[in-house]
Amino acid sequence: MSLAWFARRLILTAYTIIVVSMLVFAITQILPADAAQSLLGENATPESLAALRSKLGLGDPTWLQYARWARHVFIGDFGISMRTSQPVGPEMLAALSRSLLLAVSSILVTLVVAVPLGVLAALRQGKLADTGVSLVAYFGVSLPEFVTATLLALLLADTLHWLPATGYVSPLEDFGSGILHLALPVLTVSVILIAHVMRMMRSEMLDVLKSDYIRAARLKGLPERTVLFRHALRNALLPVVTIIALDVGYLLGGVIVIEEIFAIPGIGRALMIAITTRDLPSIQAGALIMAATYALTNTLADLAYAVLDKRIRYD
Amino acid sequence: MIELFIRLLRRPQGFIGVVLLLLVAAACLFGSALAPYAPEKIDFLGRFRAPGWQNWLGADQFGRDILSRLMVGARSTVPMALIATFIGSAAGAIIGVGSAYLGGRSDEAIMRTNDAMMAIPGLLLALLLVSTLGNGASNAVIAIAVAFAPGMARVTRSVALNVRNQDYVKAAIARGESASWIIFREMLPNVMAPIVIESTIRVSFAVMLFATLSFLGVGAQPPASEWGLMVADARQYMHQAPWGLIAPSGAIALTAIAFNLVGDGLRDALNPKDER
Repeated sequence: MSLAWFARRLILTAYTIIVVSMLVFAITQILPADAAQSLLGENATPESLAALRSKLGLGDPTWLQYARWARHVFIGDFGISMRTSQPVGPEMLAALSRSLLLAVSSILVTLVVAVPLGVLAALRQGKLADTGVSLVAYFGVSLPEFVTATLLALLLADTLHWLPATGYVSPLEDFGSGILHLALPVLTVSVILIAHVMRMMRSEMLDVLKSDYIRAARLKGLPERTVLFRHALRNALLPVVTIIALDVGYLLGGVIVIEEIFAIPGIGRALMIAITTRDLPSIQAGALIMAATYALTNTLADLAYAVLDKRIRYD
Repeated sequence: MIELFIRLLRRPQGFIGVVLLLLVAAACLFGSALAPYAPEKIDFLGRFRAPGWQNWLGADQFGRDILSRLMVGARSTVPMALIATFIGSAAGAIIGVGSAYLGGRSDEAIMRTNDAMMAIPGLLLALLLVSTLGNGASNAVIAIAVAFAPGMARVTRSVALNVRNQDYVKAAIARGESASWIIFREMLPNVMAPIVIESTIRVSFAVMLFATLSFLGVGAQPPASEWGLMVADARQYMHQAPWGLIAPSGAIALTAIAFNLVGDGLRDALNPKDER
């Protein structure tokens, strides 16, 4: 991995975040909401409205407003929430940490389940286990999150009473209860991710098993276990890194629905509330933080891929 | 074309996909004519009636027949997803081919901006757009189309780059044809196959995304019996009437599976070498 490639990758990430910030700002500019009106409430006099508008710079050209907003965002100041009158930044970051807990746990569960199943399907290609795994994967990717979430809640919370249906308890305060409350959301996210990763794992493994170096390893007389785990699995796992990074984008979109359904105070729910109450600073902060998280994850995945796979040389 | 279709039908997945798709199409076309009840017919004696001979899939909190609502609701779910995919794919294809045609720095600039747009999760972008445009089915369609365009642009561009180097495109440039002629008449027709396949698979995402937007209350509005809306409605009563939840969920899943199967089947049928 050359330094130039690394620098280029960072510049692209920065460019991505800038474009996203412009887009988010542009979309929220068109929103039919008057910041001054929402700050002062229904009974504001026209004079005080005009005064606040000029103080907030609402009459300035859009690019000037964007520049002012971007400068504040750059130093981490996302403004004051119109709904709660609290600074938006810390609120959104706290929400993001809860969402990340959900996301990271789901990815861990996914890896533990999907990688062995994908390998199994590849080894038993065309047999019953393979067909079963592929069928389940098909259903997994064909169900929208809200359907999976609702059906799982119906089964595990409403019918069997194994898990609490909604709510969030911080695992730092009460570990047991926290885990129980996280179980349903994590399960929902994992079902979809597992389907995705399992399919990828299977096809990568099939590719690798057909390769010359695996044939060479077998001809050398290595035990099958060594061939599979030391040679095949290692190489097949690489592309899975990329798939998981791409899935983070899905995850961040998916958490909007899942947090809404399970009442988890994460960034998705915060954004949903911001959208329904037309709280502009919160919408801007939430959307920008989400997209930036995604862009950064992708950059990290590219770096990891370059470090892990010595064959890859970017120029 | 016919040969391709036969090859699609020969595979079990392709065959099942086509059959499911025909079923969905039938529901969209003849759903309201074939439905046993009117979708809004309220029957207070039949509230939460379990599935049986009167209501095959049960009844909801107003005693409305769920099967009838599903059949009529097909028309407010599936065509919307198709239109959204079509608009998004068309826009993406034109951007992708255009970018490949321009090449060089313009191509680089367009694709980097395109990639940046892809950094916004589809659902988030769609939600932001709908909140700007206003709630409703047609705005949800536009939002989904916009969310889909960057992905399609990227897929199309990678194919179009090859086409760009073909002799017939070079000849057209040498003849002095206009840019729009080259993009629309020379390049686009030759990247159609991958676009069609990608779009078919994307319809299933569009179905899910549209249902999700309706579920969140910003897509189709009541009293439409859109499937995502039906799930949102039934959630409050999942204790008394779980069938109200399961039926529309199943309809969404089957539709998404149908488009997935046909899309995958088409891809396999086009590349017979790749036996996976």
